[in-house]
Amino acid sequence: MLLIYCPYCEEERSELEFRNAGDAHIARPTNIAEITDEEFEAYFFLRDNPKGVIFERWRHIHGCGRFFNAARDTVSDRFLTTYQAGEPKPDLNAQPKTSATLETYDEALEGAAQ
Amino acid sequence: MADQAMAIRKAPLAGLRGGSHAAILTPAAPASRISLRAAKDAVPALSAALGVTLPLRPKTSASSGKRHALWLGPDEWLVIDEDGADLMAAAASSGALHSAVDVSHRNTAVIVSGPGAEVAINSGCPQDLSLGLFPVGACSRTVLGKAEIVLFRTSEDTFRLECWRSFSPFVFGLLSEGAEDAAH
Repeated sequence: MLLIYCPYCEEERSELEFRNAGDAHIARPTNIAEITDEEFEAYFFLRDNPKGVIFERWRHIHGCGRFFNAARDTVSDRFLTTYQAGEPKPDLNAQPKTSATLETYDEALEGAAQ
Repeated sequence: MADQAMAIRKAPLAGLRGGSHAAILTPAAPASRISLRAAKDAVPALSAALGVTLPLRPKTSASSGKRHALWLGPDEWLVIDEDGADLMAAAASSGALHSAVDVSHRNTAVIVSGPGAEVAINSGCPQDLSLGLFPVGACSRTVLGKAEIVLFRTSEDTFRLECWRSFSPFVFGLLSEGAEDAAH
């Protein structure tokens, strides 16, 4: 089972408690009444669907209820980092702020022992 | 003249008993509950008015007698009074800006107790309930099978499991199966 670190609960929880909520960092144009239909389409409908790292919104709907952002690899399904809503995109080359997603119980035990 | 019909309130799990020698299931007595939402600056006034300090750390709770405040989210608490006191009036007397919704009859609770309580709940709940990560007093909103629940550890081998009343037959059934598994 995939474990996702919730930056509000400050803990890794099962994927069953979460819902995906689409791409993150999509800024609504401030001049929404003036932009062309094509520009609106690009803002509202068009998404990149990359193979690799994607920044997404997730919601801890069966936990604290909060939306937060996550960087996930769409190939391996690995969560690289998660961070609170409103924070800027993190530098993924820097040391991750949150612990990496643990795949096994043994890894979790090692983490708890530290 | 026709006899006047009298509506009698029926508890959703009335009369049910279940579980095994490892994990005993008991429907909890009726209690009053509010779903409370407030910003941080309203917390001291609300805590004073409710007589229980609203916890600010994830997964923690605070109790004062039979009144419990459970942290559900950064600005959300479930306040339970097992004596059925009027929590809405208590919250309103704080004078601080907040949102309180009376959910006394939306929720019902099952008390799961015994050495196999963790195993019984884990039959449908993905959280790590070992004492190190889920100590006495810890609480969390999570899932049990397809139902959303609020889990509250009241002692080392006792949990209060809050669920919506319409889910309660499902929750009680799933817990009964889990409790039997825990006895093996």
